[in-house]
This record gives sequence, C-alpha cells and structure tokens, in this order.
Amino acid sequence: MAGLGKVYQNGEIIVRQGETGNCMYVVQDGQVEAVDQSDDRDVVLRTLGRNDFFGEMALFEKDMRTVTIRAVGTARVLTIDRKQFLRGIHEDPSLAMRVIKTMSHRISDLTGKLGKYEQTGPADRP
Amino acid sequence: MRGIRRRAASGWTDLARPDGHSLQDGSRIAVIGGGPAGSMFSYFLLNMAESIDLDLNIDIYEPRHFRHRGPAGCNHCGGIVSESLLQRLATEGIHLPSHVVQRGMESYTLHMDVGTVQLSAPGLEKRIAAVYRGNGPRESEPTELISFDGYLQQMAGERGARLIHRMATGLERTADHVTIRCADGHSDTYELAVVATGINSHFVDLLCGPMVPIRRPEKTTTFICEFHLGRPLIEEILGDSMHVFLLDIPGLEFAALIPKGDFVTLCMLGDEIDDALIEHFFAAEEFRQCFPGGVVPPRACHCLPRINVSTARYPFDDRIVLIGDSGTTRLFKDGLGAAYRTAKAAARTVAFHGVSARDFEQYYWPLCRAIDVDNRIGKFVFSVSGLIQKMRFTRRAVFRMTATEQAGDSARKRMSEVLWDIFSGSAPYREILGRTLHPVYIGSLLWNLVAGNLQPPRQQAPRAESRGH
Repeated sequence: MAGLGKVYQNGEIIVRQGETGNCMYVVQDGQVEAVDQSDDRDVVLRTLGRNDFFGEMALFEKDMRTVTIRAVGTARVLTIDRKQFLRGIHEDPSLAMRVIKTMSHRISDLTGKLGKYEQTGPADRP
Repeated sequence: MRGIRRRAASGWTDLARPDGHSLQDGSRIAVIGGGPAGSMFSYFLLNMAESIDLDLNIDIYEPRHFRHRGPAGCNHCGGIVSESLLQRLATEGIHLPSHVVQRGMESYTLHMDVGTVQLSAPGLEKRIAAVYRGNGPRESEPTELISFDGYLQQMAGERGARLIHRMATGLERTADHVTIRCADGHSDTYELAVVATGINSHFVDLLCGPMVPIRRPEKTTTFICEFHLGRPLIEEILGDSMHVFLLDIPGLEFAALIPKGDFVTLCMLGDEIDDALIEHFFAAEEFRQCFPGGVVPPRACHCLPRINVSTARYPFDDRIVLIGDSGTTRLFKDGLGAAYRTAKAAARTVAFHGVSARDFEQYYWPLCRAIDVDNRIGKFVFSVSGLIQKMRFTRRAVFRMTATEQAGDSARKRMSEVLWDIFSGSAPYREILGRTLHPVYIGSLLWNLVAGNLQPPRQQAPRAESRGH
C-alpha cells in the first residue's frame, strides 16, 4: 500500500526484448533480471536490485529493447518517462550523471566480458 | 534583469569580487532551516564538492525535531511528492522507502457538483507519494522515523552535514564572512549563508532591508487539517486515490483529500482561506459524501500556514542565497519539487561558480525567474479554471469530456492530461496552457459543451458517477 511504482510477480515480464519503449525503470523493491532471448534460449545477463535502473537506452533513442527484463520474486518498479527525464536534464544536466555513470560501468563490464570471450573462444560460451 | 544590473552597478560592486567569492577547501556554510530545501541543498552540495575534490563543512540550523508528532515537528504542508519530483529523485538515486511513503497514489478522483470521475495514472502505477512532513499528526501512534523531512535530513547528515538544534535569530555580514547568531547566544562565522527557513519564519525579514536588497515573496493563507479514520476505513472509502474538489465556492481555488496511513489530510488552497470559507466547504455535499454517513469527522490536527504566491526580489546577495519557499515556489503546486530544483541550482552555483551576487544572478536567478514567469501563466490557468468552476454548463462539459476519455481507450486523453497535470503539478503551467490551445482540445471541449448541456448527464464509466439537477 505504501510502496511506489507497480508490483510485478515472480517471472512477470516488465520489458520485452524487441519492443520499442519510451521510458526507463528504477527498481524500488525486490530484484529483476536482464535476459537475452535472441537465440531461442534465455541467457541471464545480470540481476538488478533496489535503486538500479534499466531500459535507459529508450530515453536517448527510439530503439527496440535489447533485452527482456523480468521480476525475480515480487518486485516493485517505478517508471521514469522520457518526457520528464528530458525536461529534467534540459534544466539540470547533472541529473543525467548517474545514468551516464551506470552506462559507463556497463560498457566497462561488457568490455571485460568481451576480452575474456576473445581469449577463451566461442567454444566456452555459456 | 535590468533592475538587477542596476542594483549590481550601485550596491553590489563593492562586495562583488569574483576572485574572493568562491569556496575553498575547509570553507564553512550555514544552512538556516533543515526542511527539504536545506537538506537537499546540503546533500547535493556535498556530493558535488566530493566530485571536484573540494572539502566543505556544512552546518544545518534547525531547532525542530522532525521525529516529534503534531505541530512541534511538522512543516505544515499537504505532504505530496509529485510525479515529476518522484521521478527526478529516483533518477538521482534517492529512494523513498515504504516507511516514509504513507501511501502511493495511482489516481485522482475529481468531485464536482455535476458528478465524480476518476483519472488513473498510466498502467495504474503509484506515481505520487503522500508523506508526513513531521512524524505524524497530533494523536497519532508513536513510530520510528516516518517523516519525509526527517528522512532527507538524515540523508544530509549521512553525507557529512552537521545538524545544529538551535534557532538562528540573527545574521551579520562583512565582505568576507557571514555571522549567524542564535537565540541562546551562540554565534559562528561562515563563508556562505543559505536561507531555507520557508515563508512562515521571521528569519527572512532580517534580510529584507537596507543591508540586503531582498524583498520577501507575497503570501496567502491556506488550511490544512487531519482526520483520523483508521487504515481499513480509508482503504474502503478513499483507496489509493487523491480526491480533489472543483466547487463553486468563492475564494477557493482547490481542495484535496489526501489519504495517508491512519489519517486523511485535507488541504485547501485559495485566496486567504478563513473560517467562513472553511465552514462553507465543510458544508458542501460533495465533500461530506466522502465520509461514511455524510458526516465529516472531528479534526485531529489543523493549521493555517502561509504559502508564497510570488518570487522574492531578489533571492540572493553576496554570500547569501534564499532557496525553497524562502526564495520561490510553484504557484499552489509541487512546493517540494520547487524546493528540490532551487536547492540543486543553488548547490551547482556554489560548487562550480562562486558565492557572489553576480554568480547567483548568472546561474541561480534564471531558474527562479523561469518559475516566476511560469507562475504568472499559472495564475491565468487558475483564473480560467475558476471561471469553469463558476458556471454549471462548463462544469458539465469538463465532466463529460473527462468521463468519456476515461471510459474509452484512446491514446490521447486531452482533458484528463490537462487535469492530471494541474492537480499533480507535474508539468509547467506554460505547457498545460499550450495543450488547452490545441485545436483538437478546443473542438472537443466545444462539442462536449453542446452535448453535455443538450441532454442530461449520463453515466459514462464505472468510476464516473453523474449527478442530476
């Protein structure tokens, strides 16, 4: 009753890979997981918890969602509208700092994974 | 702006030495007032200072303890965190925990004499937070920290700000320092004084005189009271919806019932709310019908706080800046959002530019001016809204158009969006006005004016109930 956002039950899909979006989300309570479903199988890329956000690429370009996000257990998630976000950074560009930092960490994380992948080769793919 | 330049040319030039007005490692800042504006300023400034390896010391002067129940620990406000503020705080990484949020709101219920209609948030998401500014009304049960103001103060403290439970009563300034004096005789010297006392404090009056060219904002009286109904009954009769009233009562702009934990907050805004206006509203059928048996429960706690309806001229000087309600706020809505915006703009100015009047004029004043200009548009929006409230045939048109939109599945719900943004304060008034000038909106309103008045209002949706003549 007192929580904010919307409640999703275990396994419920919040964002579906391939759909277009116009918002990002912030986890208020519980956990969600990012899943790649491009090869007819689910590959869990990462798990996100309270205060983590996802879907941020939709704020900057009208592109398709690159992964599916689903609830792990009961999760409560708040939507950040593109319009509200852009209005905010137009007035205060530092509002985007945390999003930029997180995207930077994710690029760093992916670069590390790519390096390992190139060393071990496709045979060791998960 | 021309006025500011003239003032700078005459009064400020003696003090305004840009090289001597930036903060250094070890600089001390006094924040007078530990409400949301003061706490958020401290939190953001310490974050920004850390990012540029600047070591600052912040003292927050706040005599009240927000863990107290009743007026002693309250900041006298309806306690709504708007959709836009909630989203900005979440983007900043500031999470409002469920023990601070008394209730998440997913809709507005609009009550008029011609009917009642519910406006739902997209995806039925709880996008608006009802909070207590203190630790709950008088007569509420003692609990752990539940106050919004206390929570933000705690965040600032964890970031490194020092909380001083003293009442600041005096301010003296030289070219290099500001001295803060307290009621108990304590005094201390700082490089910057940030005034975040709100509009109901006498501290701002100290700044309005020959010493500093600041003129305080204009004010009006509001009415806020709490009813104790208990959680189950609130759930049953009000739900997770904020109930707003657009009634033909002279002097009343807006009234809202805000369900919280065991209490419901009534907030009345208008032109100098007084006892007669309060009694008039309490007698209104639309209000009474929100309670079981049509009987308004006794008031557990009430106050008549002042709110500002204009921007201070000018909310800064050398080594002094006014933020939150002390400086400016949005007309009638989203005061907490304006506190956040002014606090952060002032923190950015102080961290990255300096603390002279010129710095504040260049980097802080544009935001205050933008809010002020938008408020002027807001006054026009509220005057049109007042006209609609006065005429029954226009009320019918608004009701019919809203109810039809809510019953349908059209992507654009133009009247609902306008009402939602007026009630929530989530969009600038300029944008709301722009939407009402759209030809499709005007055409639809004209059609509903005709259709709503040619035939008796009928039930449009499960959540829309029309009333006959």
